[in-house]
Amino acid sequence: MRLYRVQVDLKPDQIDWRGQALCQEASTLGLPPIESIRVSDLYFLAGELTLAECHRLCQELLCDPVVSTYSIAELTESLSSGPSVGHGAQVIEVCLHPGVTDAEAESLIAAARTIGVLSLSAAATGTRYVVHGALREQELRTLAERLLCNPVIQRYSLGQIVPELPLGQVGHGEKVEFIPLSAMGDDELERLSRERVLALSLGEMRAIAAHFARLGRDPTDVELETLAQTWSEHCVHKTFKALIDYEEHKAGRVERERIDGLLRTYIAAATYRLDRPWVRSAFTDNAGIIDFDEETEVSFKVETHNHPSALEPFGGANTGVGGVVRDIIGVSARPIAVTDVLCFGYQNWRFEDLPPGVLHPRRVFLGVVAGIEDYGNKMGIPTVNGAILFDDGYLANPLVYCGCVGIAPKGRHRRRAQPGDAIVMLGGRIGRDGLHGATFSSAELAADTGARVGSVVQIGNPITEKKLLEAIMIARDEGLYNAITDCGAGGLSSAVGEMGKEIGARVELEKAPLKYPGLDPWEIWLSEAQERMVLAVPQEKLPRLESICRALDVEMTVIGEFTADKSLRVFHKGRLVADLDMAFLHDGLPRRHLKAIWREPALRLEAPPERKELSHIVLALLRCPNIASKECVIRRYDHEVQGATAVKPLTGVANDGPADAAVLRPSYAAHPHRAIAIGCGLNPRYGLLDPYCMAVSAIDEALRNVVAVGADPEQTAILDNFCWGNPDLPDRLGALVRAAKGCYDAALAYGTPFISGKDSLNNEYTDPASGQRISIPPTLLISSIGIVPDVRQAVTMDLKGAENLLYVIGTTRDEMGGSHYGLVLGQDWGRPPALCPDGPEILRRLHRAIMAGLIRACHDCSEGGIGVAAAEMCIGGRLGLEMRLGDVPRSPDVQRADIILFSESNSRFLVEVAPEHAEQVEAHFAGVPFACVGRVSAEPTLKIWGPDGTVVVELPVHELVKAWQDQSYERPRPFTA
Amino acid sequence: MPPRILILTVSGTNRDRDAALACELAGGKPEVVHISELLSGARRLSSYQMLVLPGGFSYGDDLGAGRILATDLLYSLGGRAQPAEGASALADTLAEFAESGKPILGICNGFQALVKAGLLPGPIDGRNGQLVTLVGNASNRFECRWVYLRAEPGSPCIFTRSLDGPIYCPVAHGEGRFIPLDEAILAAIERHKLVAVRYVDANGDLAGYPWNPNGSVANIAGICNEKGNIFGLMPHPEDHVFPWQHPRWARGEEGASGLALFRNGIAYAAQF
Repeated sequence: MRLYRVQVDLKPDQIDWRGQALCQEASTLGLPPIESIRVSDLYFLAGELTLAECHRLCQELLCDPVVSTYSIAELTESLSSGPSVGHGAQVIEVCLHPGVTDAEAESLIAAARTIGVLSLSAAATGTRYVVHGALREQELRTLAERLLCNPVIQRYSLGQIVPELPLGQVGHGEKVEFIPLSAMGDDELERLSRERVLALSLGEMRAIAAHFARLGRDPTDVELETLAQTWSEHCVHKTFKALIDYEEHKAGRVERERIDGLLRTYIAAATYRLDRPWVRSAFTDNAGIIDFDEETEVSFKVETHNHPSALEPFGGANTGVGGVVRDIIGVSARPIAVTDVLCFGYQNWRFEDLPPGVLHPRRVFLGVVAGIEDYGNKMGIPTVNGAILFDDGYLANPLVYCGCVGIAPKGRHRRRAQPGDAIVMLGGRIGRDGLHGATFSSAELAADTGARVGSVVQIGNPITEKKLLEAIMIARDEGLYNAITDCGAGGLSSAVGEMGKEIGARVELEKAPLKYPGLDPWEIWLSEAQERMVLAVPQEKLPRLESICRALDVEMTVIGEFTADKSLRVFHKGRLVADLDMAFLHDGLPRRHLKAIWREPALRLEAPPERKELSHIVLALLRCPNIASKECVIRRYDHEVQGATAVKPLTGVANDGPADAAVLRPSYAAHPHRAIAIGCGLNPRYGLLDPYCMAVSAIDEALRNVVAVGADPEQTAILDNFCWGNPDLPDRLGALVRAAKGCYDAALAYGTPFISGKDSLNNEYTDPASGQRISIPPTLLISSIGIVPDVRQAVTMDLKGAENLLYVIGTTRDEMGGSHYGLVLGQDWGRPPALCPDGPEILRRLHRAIMAGLIRACHDCSEGGIGVAAAEMCIGGRLGLEMRLGDVPRSPDVQRADIILFSESNSRFLVEVAPEHAEQVEAHFAGVPFACVGRVSAEPTLKIWGPDGTVVVELPVHELVKAWQDQSYERPRPFTA
Repeated sequence: MPPRILILTVSGTNRDRDAALACELAGGKPEVVHISELLSGARRLSSYQMLVLPGGFSYGDDLGAGRILATDLLYSLGGRAQPAEGASALADTLAEFAESGKPILGICNGFQALVKAGLLPGPIDGRNGQLVTLVGNASNRFECRWVYLRAEPGSPCIFTRSLDGPIYCPVAHGEGRFIPLDEAILAAIERHKLVAVRYVDANGDLAGYPWNPNGSVANIAGICNEKGNIFGLMPHPEDHVFPWQHPRWARGEEGASGLALFRNGIAYAAQF
């Protein structure tokens, strides 16, 4: 056996783009300046390999001769000192921990066989970083630990590293503990819940203890962990099902009511009351499903991956995408789009001001975006819609919402496992990655969370999931399974427990394939190792499934079978390690009874003095991080793959204007022109004033977005994702109740059903120094999906031609609360936008006008109101606009130019109409608030007159473009002019 | 009979269905085939008249984008003119397929594989092996944006013959920057007119970023072999085959310009 070390270096004249990217990221760590990082690849080759064969491997597989050179060193017992790196440079080398699957090394061994080198018997990969910069050893270690090395799977050395090559069999651990619940008092039960990251309340721990007391024994660790996962907030949404005593303090009055579950009373209730025939599945499957056409259905699911992304931004966001894509595969659909909505702290925090244990928001931003890019692009799913918001409240708890849309033929998704079906695990192997994800996401973050629960961070492999997808699509079309679910939070314990809920299941854990040795049974059972699906497969169909998996290189393992005994029995090498009654597992959770209070905050209603010169305000708003262009992110996501993207995220004459929503034409075969629109709405600034207004406004915005591009409001569905603080605190829960009420009222007003939802609670951080709790601003994301009857009629937001007329649809009210005008002024006042009674009729009329081809451009008014919408339309078309605010339809009390221009009232649009259609359009909109307010001009200037006839804004379009494309995302400085 | 077109997939291929639809619209009969079906003998390369290597991340970009797919092409599918020891025993080889003049199109990751296999540009002035490469974009990040491609007059490429105007289509890649091994190789590529398409601006002139989205030397977007039947390019003409895919369709701009490449390839394939 010989062992070689191969180092592949870029030729000195080549730009080291990996090194440059790392340098940029390193600047977010608060280290002394780093001049450069050069990256080299390392390969360790073992076997009866001659030096000549080693050279062949380098020349044909490892080294790109155009840009790289390689060197080979045969490793003997004493390490060579290695090539000199020059003065002022330091070396960090990284490789995988012993036993961690080295996918690239496996690819290398396979490729070596392909080229006829059969003597390579083992291999490992590594990376070498040569760092130039005045870093002390401790700083070098910080660089390695924070950026270059993921401690879950990797280790590093300052200098040359020697990996352990994979040898022999992967074994299992043996340890099963009995947990002596019977001997524990309340304090001990609570401590146990905290120390094992079970995230169970005292009441829940007591219920478990009582159950096992009745059985006359203590639970095993496998049983206790299974219960904790199954009962986690993440899996059962116990807050949304809880009984709530609610108090509302508003306008000097107190109203009290008892709410029998938020989900049942509000969210799902709206869907059931509306009873839309085109809703195929709401709240029951892994994703919501609606009709696309006679033969086809579309599904949509949005998840959050907040806690993992706070600790390890790349891995957290990466597996967030992977997880929601599996939700769509879990309804037997092919993913056709990914969405992502991200909330971060402002990007200009100083390192010394960051709370302990909190990553710099720039690092979170870069890592999250790279994680989404990696997964979506590699799986070949276009990332087409999203938003990025900034607020200091997201500093310690960034939010990462990941959505996925899928398409499937109707009637192929099977959802009932049968007794006797094999339990089949497909996809990746099991490792210690992602343990306790479900319970961890249900707990709060503290300064030492990263160190304490390092192994909750998951590691994604999009190619494994792509292979899995293709195998499952064939299995679906051939009817090879009776039920399918993804292995998400809780791993096998949740997946098998859920699929066998009505019947029972028996699992033999030792059959499960592992990435590396030493996992104890409970770890195998709970691991959230990614890219796995569980299928219920009739025994006679196993051979066919096996042959599909073999051809597509997908690992398939039968780990047990579904039974009829209504219990969950888990064995390890013949030993019974869990024996749980399905009824207790799924129904034994005591219902929570919570207290909620909402107090209307004291609103400042008195407006600041009117400003007469608004050009600077328009520019400040365009530069504002929530409004400014996100092009630097959007272009990193492949939004064209699959060839279905008709309205793209960026649109207009220079392909850089902000589209209201994406339009996809997903199926050529059935309906060559039928399409879907995907949009979203959220505005946490309103939530701080009144979560009810936040909810109705988010729904209004999500609907405005899709209707503006051509979706039919009568065939649009929505999804809710609540990210909130700790629901055990009555004020946090009170805000949640208030938002749920808004969801119900708006959904009924618009006739728009919810088809899916998810909540992420406990987004709080406790500062160890002050003991202060920081909650995120309560944040409700509404995602929308609507049918566009004809893609050829889809409309974009960019101005199309000079002399066209500009109209405003909808009423402008004095609703400045939570506005972005208030944000850039540095003073908040007024009420947040309320539900607009004309809204539903406005959407219907607008849709008919769009389908009739009467609308040349359409843009909804959201952050920054009419002023920002008009400026963005100018940017999109690189055309000018002349606009008279005196003609804008508004409530009688609104007379100030700045309020007309920047109020964020709901249900409003700007539309561009060709002069020859003016009469027809005016007749069409008769009866709803609607007025011509100006015209498009060839001279590229945005010119706006106030109600008194004075010019309040006059800006060349190139200045608008420049301000809007400022993508530094720094906290707006209070406006002084 | 429309020509049969093999759309080859391996682990990580992801624009196979886009390419298949483009081929269908252009009058071909595409079949998406996993490499395991060729290796098992369930399907034969020689039954097809055209081969497309579509975009994606074959083998997760392990050992470099397109590198392992390149070894598949050379060894498992017999892409070398002189079979080396350990090469595939397949009766009908990729070398024969290419030698017979049947068209081969590599898009994005497929182009990366053809380049790394040395099949593009192919032997030139007595030099062979890998002569050019595609590395990380000059912008240092993945780029998804629309680009204009100018077909170079005089190129032997059968896919870009007599196009009436520029092709407008998206790029979506992190590693698309074309670099030759040395100046002599670049000169030879130019002399033999092997540059089939270059990145240009809206007026058809050579221009820098973002028109040239990755910093490719001499704005090279795609090259062919001397015979002109093997062609690879980084951009995705298969994603612009319907008018409404044009980013400015709503502004009245004419679309579907990516289809012409497929029509040319398929018309040429019909002779075999």
